[in-house]
Amino acid sequence: MSYPLTHRQFFNGLKEGRLQGLKCADCGAYTAPPKVACAECGGRELTVVELSGRGTIRTYTVIRVAPEGFTAPYVVAMAEMEEGPWLMGNVAVEPDSSEGSLIGRKVTVGHRLVEAGNYTAGEGVAVTFDLVD
Amino acid sequence: MRRVAVAGVGMTKFGVSEKSQVEMFAEAAMEAIDGSNLKARDIQALYLGNGLGDFEEGQMNLAPLCAFELGLPVGAPAVRVEGACASASVAIREAFIWVASGFYDVVLVGGVERATAMGTPLATRTFAMGADSRYEGFSGVTFPGAFAMVTRMYAEKYGLPLEVLKRHMALVAVKNHKNGVKNPLAQFRKEISVDTVLNSAMVADPIQLFDCCPFSDGAAALVLAAEDVAKKLCPQPVYVRGVGQGSNGPLYRQRDITRIRAREEAAAQSYRMAGLTPADIDVCELHDCFTIAEIVASEGLGFFPFGQGSAAVEKGETAIGGRIPINPSGGLKAKGHPIGATGAAQAYEIVKQLRGECGDRQVAGARVGMTDTLGGDLATLVNIIYGV
Repeated sequence: MSYPLTHRQFFNGLKEGRLQGLKCADCGAYTAPPKVACAECGGRELTVVELSGRGTIRTYTVIRVAPEGFTAPYVVAMAEMEEGPWLMGNVAVEPDSSEGSLIGRKVTVGHRLVEAGNYTAGEGVAVTFDLVD
Repeated sequence: MRRVAVAGVGMTKFGVSEKSQVEMFAEAAMEAIDGSNLKARDIQALYLGNGLGDFEEGQMNLAPLCAFELGLPVGAPAVRVEGACASASVAIREAFIWVASGFYDVVLVGGVERATAMGTPLATRTFAMGADSRYEGFSGVTFPGAFAMVTRMYAEKYGLPLEVLKRHMALVAVKNHKNGVKNPLAQFRKEISVDTVLNSAMVADPIQLFDCCPFSDGAAALVLAAEDVAKKLCPQPVYVRGVGQGSNGPLYRQRDITRIRAREEAAAQSYRMAGLTPADIDVCELHDCFTIAEIVASEGLGFFPFGQGSAAVEKGETAIGGRIPINPSGGLKAKGHPIGATGAAQAYEIVKQLRGECGDRQVAGARVGMTDTLGGDLATLVNIIYGV
């Protein structure tokens, strides 16, 4: 068998402005980021599809003590996409702006390149969330 | 399956150590072997929890080095076990299964870590390696960051003002520091106040420095033996009564991270095997890597309904003398968290509690105790129930 959508292909999609996922023929659920089988039912009949890239922030934090290779502060969040999957990424907002709680805010998905570094297995692509409301 | 007993335990002081991992583990292991009235040559296998030794000392394949240091037979397999912060508890469960199955009679198990050798930036980076390196790591998420997201989701889900939750979280730190004062092996032996926590530096909003366990060095070890062997070695062995382990995917797949499903599965397995319920547990050492982690763990283990673990702290239900004393050792928060050793240190405390050897921090009349250890992205959860 071949892997339905590798992380490198998923990253390349993000770089071209597309959020790709997998649609399951058995249960209809969307899996993103990709996985070898449906994240909901384990189904193996998967089709690569493009998701809307629209979602809602469910939780977040401002990182103030960063790992090696990152410069604090920055915002990390998990957002639920319209089609169901959740993603982790960085919110494009000033960490100390007076935005109030970000939970429930509508976002669209973008991306940010992360240069290859120690223990990264090459260049990375982080998901970003832009506030739309 | 045979019944399995803990014949002996050992532990180093936790904190900042000049000793190597081999030296620290040797100290803890020799104490456990001596306490079992055994010799190193009697040990048939070693299961060694270790998370990040490669980064800390440039040391791979640590287990055989530790085995040789102690003088274990060359024919005794020495196996490193890695399950992030749950490494030692994964190792204990593995060791238990080998003895319970009849394959071995006497096994040494434990863990060691020397996290402070890395310094904070590299330690923060390597601890974050427990996240999904493809789909989480590039965001720069950290371990405090993961539990900060648990905190915000918890407050939102249960309609709790963040200030109220933060105060309850601070009380977890206050309690565990108070317990740590009474533990000679703890890294921090100093009481703190709610203000100490709330005035400390922000690490990952809303997690502050005193909501976090420290980076630590240390080791702990146990000798597990088949019941018939253990009865000849020690007058009153402590038995392993139930074990459970669950595994889960990254945070973005788990979604509701206030409910740690791998824990609920692991706890259910251990209760079922022991034939016990949460109400039967007299004392618990659980994974308080962050103050919010203790609150969600106390719910996941069934001690409190979901959403009520936070208020239970304020009522003193988790203090020594409370309904279910949690982390009498000081927990990861005050005792320290040398990640590869933590599960074995929790077992050390529970065994000492069940033997009635804990002095000022003794939970009166404890006969059944439980450990709870979490590794990685809320991804590895091990629960073990001990009893006399």
